[in-house]
Amino acid sequence: MATTPTRKRITDIGPPHYSKFLHPLVAKNYGKWKFHETLEPGVLCHVGESGDRLYTVRAASPRILAVQTLRWFADLADKYADGYLRFTSRNNVEFLLANKDNIAPLKKELASQNFLVGGTNNAISNVVHTQGWVHCHSSATDASGLVKSVMDALASHFTQEDMPAKLRLAVACCLNMCGAVHCSDIAILGTHRKPPKIRHDLLPKVCEVPTLIASCPTGAIRPATVDGKQSVEVVEEQCMYCGNCYTVCPAMPLNDPDNDGVSIWVGGKVSNARSAPKFSKLAIPFIPNNPPRWPEVVDAVVKIVEVYAKHARKHERMGEWIERVGWPRFFELTGIPFTRYHIDDFKHAGLTFARSAHVRF
Amino acid sequence: MSENGKVKRKLLDELEKGPWPSFVTEIKKAAEANPVCDDLLGQLELSYEEKKGHWKHGGIVGVLGYGGGVIGRYSDIPEQFPNVAHFHTIRVNQPAGWFYTSSAIRTLADIWERHGSGLTNMHGSTGDIVFLGTKTDELEPTFKELTEAGFDLGGSGSCMRTPSACAGPARCEWACYDTLKVCDDVTRTYQDELHRPPFPYKFKVKCAGCPNDCVAAIARADLSVIGTWKDEIQQDDSAVAEYAAKGLDIQKEVVDHCPTKCMNWDGKKLTIENHECVRCMHCINVMPKALRPGKERGATLLIGAKAPIVQGALLSSVLIPFVPADELKETMDELIGRIWEFWDEHGKNRERVGELIQRVGMANFLDAIGLDPVPEMVTAPRDNPYIFFKDEEQPAEAEA
Repeated sequence: MATTPTRKRITDIGPPHYSKFLHPLVAKNYGKWKFHETLEPGVLCHVGESGDRLYTVRAASPRILAVQTLRWFADLADKYADGYLRFTSRNNVEFLLANKDNIAPLKKELASQNFLVGGTNNAISNVVHTQGWVHCHSSATDASGLVKSVMDALASHFTQEDMPAKLRLAVACCLNMCGAVHCSDIAILGTHRKPPKIRHDLLPKVCEVPTLIASCPTGAIRPATVDGKQSVEVVEEQCMYCGNCYTVCPAMPLNDPDNDGVSIWVGGKVSNARSAPKFSKLAIPFIPNNPPRWPEVVDAVVKIVEVYAKHARKHERMGEWIERVGWPRFFELTGIPFTRYHIDDFKHAGLTFARSAHVRF
Repeated sequence: MSENGKVKRKLLDELEKGPWPSFVTEIKKAAEANPVCDDLLGQLELSYEEKKGHWKHGGIVGVLGYGGGVIGRYSDIPEQFPNVAHFHTIRVNQPAGWFYTSSAIRTLADIWERHGSGLTNMHGSTGDIVFLGTKTDELEPTFKELTEAGFDLGGSGSCMRTPSACAGPARCEWACYDTLKVCDDVTRTYQDELHRPPFPYKFKVKCAGCPNDCVAAIARADLSVIGTWKDEIQQDDSAVAEYAAKGLDIQKEVVDHCPTKCMNWDGKKLTIENHECVRCMHCINVMPKALRPGKERGATLLIGAKAPIVQGALLSSVLIPFVPADELKETMDELIGRIWEFWDEHGKNRERVGELIQRVGMANFLDAIGLDPVPEMVTAPRDNPYIFFKDEEQPAEAEA
């Protein structure tokens, strides 16, 4: 028999309705914006059919934000933006201003705390990323530290719109890709290289074997009896190091300092502008982790950005540029070695083979 | 490693230097108010020293009556860092378009300061507000305060994940339908599926107002809703001339980049063969004052995008080329119902809809959800002759 609830428990209400959070200028011009212009990097002006003007100031956040910083954002919004702000799909914070005169003092306050203004149009915007060592069990690297290290080197391209086109970076700390980095101009992907090490001593005590077997996407885990105890074995050639088994069974750790690191992928996009959306393709199969600054990864990314910026035509995204000049040229210009790992051997492999005699010399 | 009462983090302190805003600074800020974050820093410093993570996933944790919204997280070295022995994540469903008032932000901050680490993500990759790190005992009290303040949890596990939307008509002239309304409506309609995972795997819906797709719907959503228009691009000739007069090379920067070569610029007048336009947005992006999406607006519905797990990454592909804006929610509801029914019956454990379609074939999937094939669904018809003809399309064997 059900017990009598002592209080009314609220459930299934969904998020607060967005209409409660719209700046009066937004509410008034909702669906009736006419055009926008960029006043300077990170500062947009949207003009309504009514003639109203709404100013947006965009600043990078590190995605991990303390409540103290959120309160500071709220204070800034009250001071300069009539109490209204929003966040972008790339972890930027945006203040929505009715008064143009507030742009400069808001920028100044943001700068005082290291919150850079920019990320619009042909700037490098903020980096979509995952939790990494800060909070994930299957991460092959730290996402936040990589983002910080890479963006310290690229910060001037966030505050200036000096790329040929948009350049979107993403970091995912393993191939589960919570950050869905697979369609980014440059993606940094945490990469394990070894199957989980089975703790046969611990496994029978902490794991349900059927659940563990079912967790493997490729069916690589089989029941086995080890030293008379029920356990499992891993068909190692079927393992692609996703860590799903470790998710359900802590006796299957796959973190391995000597074999974990990152791979780098280039040339993807989600926008339909000009060419169709496309996946990022493998540029560098593996770079070992080298915290706290990952200098080899930073150098590789900076090099790719510099080569792209120098050679691409205006409005050409990374992938569009590479398709025009060809992948051999990309590897030549960046100095990245082409290896056996660059040739696909998963199920749609043939799709990336060169199936023509179109060869550049 | 204490110096003048202040804990030194040799490796992490490095990440407070440099121009980009620092997540280490954020964790330290939180640590001043909540010592739990000191243990987070300690464990993270150790991860940086050892080059490996120290988190475990764990048993099911959550709030009463929900099967998702909380991700269980435990330290694998709790004796060393007892304050993060439990460090669960709570996903909080964001308001559509990520618009907030300062008071809503303060409400969230206050709740999380009372019940958790004080660390957040604004936002997680799917779009939720992420509350990073609390103990099992704090889950119900956090949930109570959130719901009393008008917030609810987001999705996790094999459920309808928290839908997301771009800024849409709230702050963009290119929104071809009301992304915020559709996202919010879908979220409310499927609260049960969002909070109580009923599916073989996750199901994501993302609402992008135009083909620029600022929410990556085509890369990440099982059902991608991408705004588009059916009639002609709205063109303001005087504004085109103004761009040219200000030095924009319309031939080079606009016309030459048109993927279907449907534009012509004779030095004075821009003409567009609209029936050849694929609505890619490039010309509109470059000349937002002169060109705008047409007036007959709606969305293309696409199906099946996902990240690599399990069978490889997929982009969404066209399911319905155009749905008028005012019919969108109704069409989506009907479609979602039929897709879920088929997926429920035929989907394997951990098989996303896109993978199911790969396995059973798009044509069979279309039959099952009652959609007729149209040429907009493919870049080209099949190029192999392995056609499985259906019996009913062949004459019965001649009777004797």
